[in-house]
Amino acid sequence: MRISPRGLWWLKGGLHIAFILPILYLAYLVLSDNAGGDPVQYIIHFTGMGALNSLLAALLVSPLAKYFKQGLLLQTRRLIGLYVFAYATLHITAFISLDLLFAWAFLLEEVIKRPYILVGAVAYSILLLLSVTSFMMVRKKMGKRWQQLHNWVYLVALLAPIHFYWSVKSEIIEPSIYIVICVVLVYLRKQKLAKYLPQG
Amino acid sequence: MTHNTRFTKGIKRQSAWDLADNQVTPEAVFKDRRNIVKALGLGALGASIPGYVQAGLFDFGNKSPSTFTTSPLKFAQPTAFAIPDPLTPESKVTRHNNFYEFGTSKQDPFDNAQGFNVNPWSLQIDGLVDKPITLDLDDLTKRFALEERRYRLRCVEAWSMVVPWVGFSLASLLKEAGVKSSATHVAFETLFDPDQMPGQKNRLMGGGIHYPYVEGLTLEEAMNPLAFLAIGLYGKTLPPQNGAPIRLVVPWKYGFKSIKSIVKIRVMDKQPPTSWNQLASHEYGFYANVNPEVDHPRWSQASERSIGEGGLFSAKRIPTQMFNGYGEQVAGLYKNLDLRKYY
Repeated sequence: MRISPRGLWWLKGGLHIAFILPILYLAYLVLSDNAGGDPVQYIIHFTGMGALNSLLAALLVSPLAKYFKQGLLLQTRRLIGLYVFAYATLHITAFISLDLLFAWAFLLEEVIKRPYILVGAVAYSILLLLSVTSFMMVRKKMGKRWQQLHNWVYLVALLAPIHFYWSVKSEIIEPSIYIVICVVLVYLRKQKLAKYLPQG
Repeated sequence: MTHNTRFTKGIKRQSAWDLADNQVTPEAVFKDRRNIVKALGLGALGASIPGYVQAGLFDFGNKSPSTFTTSPLKFAQPTAFAIPDPLTPESKVTRHNNFYEFGTSKQDPFDNAQGFNVNPWSLQIDGLVDKPITLDLDDLTKRFALEERRYRLRCVEAWSMVVPWVGFSLASLLKEAGVKSSATHVAFETLFDPDQMPGQKNRLMGGGIHYPYVEGLTLEEAMNPLAFLAIGLYGKTLPPQNGAPIRLVVPWKYGFKSIKSIVKIRVMDKQPPTSWNQLASHEYGFYANVNPEVDHPRWSQASERSIGEGGLFSAKRIPTQMFNGYGEQVAGLYKNLDLRKYY
């Protein structure tokens, strides 16, 4: 059975709810003083994990669509991708405003000196580019280059879990699992990506 | 309650633990589903959201209660080490803790330690001493004159608090035991009791540390009047998440040196192993003095976020002080030491 356009409409609605609910939940935790003794760290971690999980969801769409032969599923990718960007924006905004308290000079120094922040910054820059070019109008104008640009999401898929791995003090098991999952998701595209790799 | 008697267990197990990185199994993931669901940031969609959060959902706006019983203490308030810094509210001091024996998230110790049993307790002081001492729970509050010390606490993760501890100086305990002249270092060990401390049972929950947690000081550091054994905070006995019934507080060093729930203090003639150093020696040294000029390899130590009064938007970022502002008392200990090399 194929997903009908109406089914897709419901699916998209469900996805919106699934991605918005955690943000409301976070807001509730913070406002009710239930986000721990230091809500700043809680918010940064929560939104970071939200971005990473949304990214996994986005990358799962096309393997699922292929496997179940549900081409219409591909139409959910833009929606999910924009939530990745939304979570990442909340993450970085919380870091800059609540943790660094807008100490810009310090931020620049941090980005240059700390590999995990640099990696996060590169990943976010790519997400920003993908988001601003996500409109249909832009997509049409860009033609073939649009797909080339959007393939950079696979780099994000490798950088984001590394950023997580490098940022923790010692709890590397969970970030390691993320790295493995992301590598698998990228590996599934090996044929598509092969042409970008040096032939040898 | 069973106390582990092998003091150096941490070193002996090191290699076995270190190899375990490539032995990660989905079973470990399964066992720690609670943490994972929370970390996934999708807790609202799952049924297995953290217990304290569920409580929060049902009694809107009311924090889950602390069920561990603490009792009020009588103590002097000497002015010797008084600091002008405003205190971190008690609710934050007791809900933002690094105590991996109860989980690696900051609120895990509060959530998981309320049933912690400290009675009976036994703290042994032995090694190179004239008279080994064993203190029980009662001795901790009655044997020494108690005083309050308001200390800055600087975590290696670049956040800080100001905490009013109650306790006695480490030196007063060591003097009672009588330190032998051959002694050079003092080693400390946390309780090893996986039945009570879930992080010691499950590697994912315990952050990969080789338990029991061990720490150490040079004898000179241990005898410094600032080195403090806290048995209480905010005028009451310690809650478990802060290291009940007795913990070390060394305010000029990063917080991880201030070992919690101590069962053993051993005077030695060599440098003892320390847990974070065993785990990542290039990131965490034996000395671990607060030093804004020596960065952690992955983040800056030049400033810190001060956790104080007020909500989300009242945070402050302040410059980190050399020796956390206690240079006057401790800088002399390190005058012949290259602090970049001995971080």
